[in-house]
Amino acid sequence: MTFKEYLQTSVSALKRNRSRSVLTILGIVIGILSIILVMSLGKGAQELILSQFSGFGTKSVIVVPGRQFEGPSLKGVDSLKDRDLDSLRNKGNVPHGETVIPMVFGSDVASFESETFKVSVYGASVDLPKVFDIQAEEGSFYTDEDVKGSASVVLIGSKVNEELFPNGNSLGKRIKVKNRSFKVIGILPSKGASSLINFDDGVVMPYTTAQNYITGTKYFDRLLVDVDIEENLDQTVEDVTRTIRDNHNITDPEKDDFQIVNQADLLDTFGTVTTALTYFLVAVAAISLLVGGIGIMNIMLVSVTERTREIGLRKAVGATTRNILMQFLVESVVLTLVGGIVGIICGAVLSFIVYLIIHAMLPALGWKFIFPIGGAFLGIGVSSAIGLIFGVYPARQAAKKSPIEALRYE
Amino acid sequence: MPLIEIKNLTKTYVEGDTETTVLNGVSFEVEKGEFVAIMGPSGSGKSTLLHMIGLLDEPTSGEYKFDGKKGSSFDELAVSKLRNGKFGFIFQSFNLLPKTTVLENVKLPLLYSDVPRSEWDKKALAAIELVGLSHRINHESNELSGGEKQRVAIARALVNDPEIIFADEPTGNLDSKTGKIIMDFIQKLNDEEGHTVMLITHETVTAEHAKRIIRIKDGEIVSDEPVKNRRKATDEYEK
Repeated sequence: MTFKEYLQTSVSALKRNRSRSVLTILGIVIGILSIILVMSLGKGAQELILSQFSGFGTKSVIVVPGRQFEGPSLKGVDSLKDRDLDSLRNKGNVPHGETVIPMVFGSDVASFESETFKVSVYGASVDLPKVFDIQAEEGSFYTDEDVKGSASVVLIGSKVNEELFPNGNSLGKRIKVKNRSFKVIGILPSKGASSLINFDDGVVMPYTTAQNYITGTKYFDRLLVDVDIEENLDQTVEDVTRTIRDNHNITDPEKDDFQIVNQADLLDTFGTVTTALTYFLVAVAAISLLVGGIGIMNIMLVSVTERTREIGLRKAVGATTRNILMQFLVESVVLTLVGGIVGIICGAVLSFIVYLIIHAMLPALGWKFIFPIGGAFLGIGVSSAIGLIFGVYPARQAAKKSPIEALRYE
Repeated sequence: MPLIEIKNLTKTYVEGDTETTVLNGVSFEVEKGEFVAIMGPSGSGKSTLLHMIGLLDEPTSGEYKFDGKKGSSFDELAVSKLRNGKFGFIFQSFNLLPKTTVLENVKLPLLYSDVPRSEWDKKALAAIELVGLSHRINHESNELSGGEKQRVAIARALVNDPEIIFADEPTGNLDSKTGKIIMDFIQKLNDEEGHTVMLITHETVTAEHAKRIIRIKDGEIVSDEPVKNRRKATDEYEK
């Protein structure tokens, strides 16, 4: 018998027992569907997290003030000062540092006429748009002159713009933050939550301005060092560490009063976490596949018993043991393969529906629909493997039947 | 050389501590072209005998030769080839594939044969025509009457042009009129087509359609003689 003949024989046998075949397939469909759904959503989540770092680049080294084991803190740690900024900007210390951006964080209530809104204040140098993807949508960014002169200028986030200026025309107006008046020179584009820092409800101003009028301190909350090319990242982390230790007279690394966050490492960690989570969920879904596989074996065994006469007849008209074994094995694989393909299609459709729902409810998230092609191949492979593995035992039971036992069976 | 040669054949089933002897030293020969009826009450071992001759079962002891070759010398593949090409089985309960057309049912043995696929339809249609069911080729087996089902089974047994046809109580599930039609077909296979036929039955009337009757009882042959007044099914059901 050719494979085509086995296939035809199996398909017509499965068609004869349509409802049983459909129910058997269902178990596999659900298993594969779950795997595809989990993988699609997992990849979507991963993509979402990774996209928050995009524009922030994998070429950035972040210096955070504070001791390693006290955890990072936004405020109150005063280890990073102007001197550190200058040293880091010195190519002799950090040869691969393209730009060094000092950042100062604060938060206060901003007001315009009768409107008020609690804003996050980000003080930074003019290079901020090089690292974060935030060019002014309207107006312009502040200049080096503004930074040097602690000019009272701000760029406002889209949310701030809506809250303080419900009637528009914010450009050129003066808003009040911490009882000081700042001129609005630019409006930032809406980025939603899809950015590491949510600039939408913040205002951006020269770091000198923020230090003088908002935080009233002389230190920085972050120093971002942008590396020329990614390959030099590790070297730069070393250079930055050495430079700041020299500045702070630290010889014992245990006593570091700062820590370095390596962007690429962070990315790796997030990637690993989401991948691990995805595979964990896939493993959970695989259990339902296992159940589906046992279901296949169960139904195939019932089918073998029910079709004892058919097996006997086939043997009586010349089928060999191998013919019967192959027929039942092919039947089992056809069942699981059809289940796998249907499961992949259903899984893809379902993940697309989930994408539509997430997109409709949280459009700002920027959730993407990703069809896990690898998952689809995995699904086809796994389902056929299940058909083979769980089909062998019933097929052998079928093939073992003696033709007379089978023909006597009522 | 006889087509079938049986010497001192025994068959014993062991179940737990009890040993049941179904056949006890049976010997006979069947020549090519014969029409032999094996007759006996139920439990006499006649079906077991037929199964062994049809290589569906193996004897406990004794010798069986088909076409001069020892039955014990055939391996699984050779047995399958014989069942497929040389033997044609007709069963009491028809054993058609359910929800499958007449044509597909008749083609079943071809699936396991060396006959090229292109000739399958031709061969199957010829066999169906022989049993007079050409008008029902695309009907599913469930839609047929008992007599029609048995005629499909006969066509299936004939499709590979077998040397010998084994019919195990072929009229057992049919009313007497339909039974006669079936017996008419079986007689024609012997008289006109030249097939050797071995028929199993417990009814004398049915057995008398054969040319020779072997009577067995309790696993032993009690008589083996030619039929004196052979019944012709054609005459009977046309009356």
